[in-house]
Amino acid sequence: MRISMAVLLAGALLLGGCASVELRGTGDLGVVIERTRGAVQVIDTSARRSLGEIAGLGDLSHASVVYSRDGRYGYVFGRDGGLSKIDLLTRSLVARVMQAGNSIGGAVSQDGRWVAAQNYTPGGVKVFDAQTLQLVADVPAEYAPGKLSKVVGLVDAPGNRFVYALFDGGEIWVLDPSQSKERRVTRFPAVGREPYDGFITPDGRYYVAGLFGEDGLALLDLWHPELGVKRILPGYGRGEEKLPVFKMPHLRGWAVAGRQAYLPAIGRHEVLIVDTASWTEVGRVPVAGQPVFAVARPDGRQVWVNFALPDNGKVQVIDTETRQVIDTLQPGRAVLHLEFTPRADAVWISSRDDNRVVVIDPATRKTLAVLAADRPSGIFFTSRAQRMGF
Amino acid sequence: MKHRTLHPHRGFSLLLGLALIKVPAMLWAQTPSMPEAARQLELVKLVREDCGSCHGRSLKGGLGPSLLPEDLRDLPSEALRETILKGRQGTAMPPWQQFLSEADANWIVEKLQSEFPDVK
Ligand code: HEC
Repeated sequence: MRISMAVLLAGALLLGGCASVELRGTGDLGVVIERTRGAVQVIDTSARRSLGEIAGLGDLSHASVVYSRDGRYGYVFGRDGGLSKIDLLTRSLVARVMQAGNSIGGAVSQDGRWVAAQNYTPGGVKVFDAQTLQLVADVPAEYAPGKLSKVVGLVDAPGNRFVYALFDGGEIWVLDPSQSKERRVTRFPAVGREPYDGFITPDGRYYVAGLFGEDGLALLDLWHPELGVKRILPGYGRGEEKLPVFKMPHLRGWAVAGRQAYLPAIGRHEVLIVDTASWTEVGRVPVAGQPVFAVARPDGRQVWVNFALPDNGKVQVIDTETRQVIDTLQPGRAVLHLEFTPRADAVWISSRDDNRVVVIDPATRKTLAVLAADRPSGIFFTSRAQRMGF
Repeated sequence: MKHRTLHPHRGFSLLLGLALIKVPAMLWAQTPSMPEAARQLELVKLVREDCGSCHGRSLKGGLGPSLLPEDLRDLPSEALRETILKGRQGTAMPPWQQFLSEADANWIVEKLQSEFPDVK
């Protein structure tokens, strides 16, 4: 008995050793968050299968992941304020710091040297060395003496900067961590009530914050910060009473299809279409519920939308030429997230209550694969490493 | 306080016994409309997962405030129930009455103020 145990152990070690030296790239890898287990599955988007898991990552409800520029390391931001650096190739936890009481996401700097975390409590941003996770800068979001704001919508921007919005403070801040403490933050006050998320256009020029507390969005042209923040789509709700919003929509990074941005309306069952040259509304698409994510297929031909309760079992597909919903899918109960492969041969969709991830061909809407996952939420591919804003 | 978590059917005779000892009138009135065990499981999931998207799965707070017992214990349960069912105008807290009955909301408040169960 004892001997066979030893042999088994040695075998396991050998296998483990093999896995860690397997020679492969990371361009087609990604992770799926298993929110209640505090683990991620590392997935291969070519083989459409799971390669293994990395556990011990803490409270992963509302977790998000960004990547080192070589696509090997993921930085996982957990709800409990933990920041974990994971290695997708060896499937291991490399480093972990508890950096706040409550955190929801972050971004890697343009040059890849820093990783910034946006925090709810204590409200602010912390910047870490991407290699060691040592603290580089601590920037409390103190918008009034002694008052800290929850930080939302953090993106990285050209010039090795970070841009984010203050939910309680109603401001947009641009952070340049290389500057002295006194000079590193440029504040844009009074941009609107309760910014809830933000995104940067793929070219890194415009930062847009969505507002929860009023109809409209706040726009900052990073080429012309001296012009200040301007309000776009003011009063898109036309003064009508808002429908209840059972889950906050997300804007991050995927809204732009061709020349247009597709944005979830707040308290309306609509996706707003905005021209990104004039930043005016050019249309709106009625959809099945309160949109949470409106994700552009990378070629811009379609936009896929998921919804808050009670419509969270549906996904709708908008054709961007006709601006019509062309399909309504039901890939599972409680659809929390969707992610396209960078050339859009497949979209991966997580269904929390059916414990699975469904891989669909966006052109035919045929199911290509189904992967088991324990209460999956976010899906993050390494292609994010090459995009501004993550 | 234990008797409040009892399964309604099994709890009946026990409750009769307890009533003979001394059950506060309010509790006595609430017990018959307490959600069934299966519904309670659904409610636990709803609170952890869906309320959790704003208040955190651990209920420590997120975009919405903490819903931990130490933060809610001293607030009037009536008002908390109203907040849950009707939401709070002008804030991100939505009204849940299309998903929750009064009995559901009472049960949730009671659990939030004492100890909220985990999923499974
Ligand atoms: C979309 C976000 C969101 C969701 C989802 C949400 N809440 Fe809230 N909730 C809030 C916000 C924001 C507040 C604070 C409102 C204020 O400023 O007074 C709040 C306040 C509360 C309060 C009052 C707390 C206090 O200290 O006064 C209770 C109780 C509460 N929520 C329970 C729930 C329950 C139960 C659910 C699920 C059935 C839920 N919430 C879902 C955003 C949310």
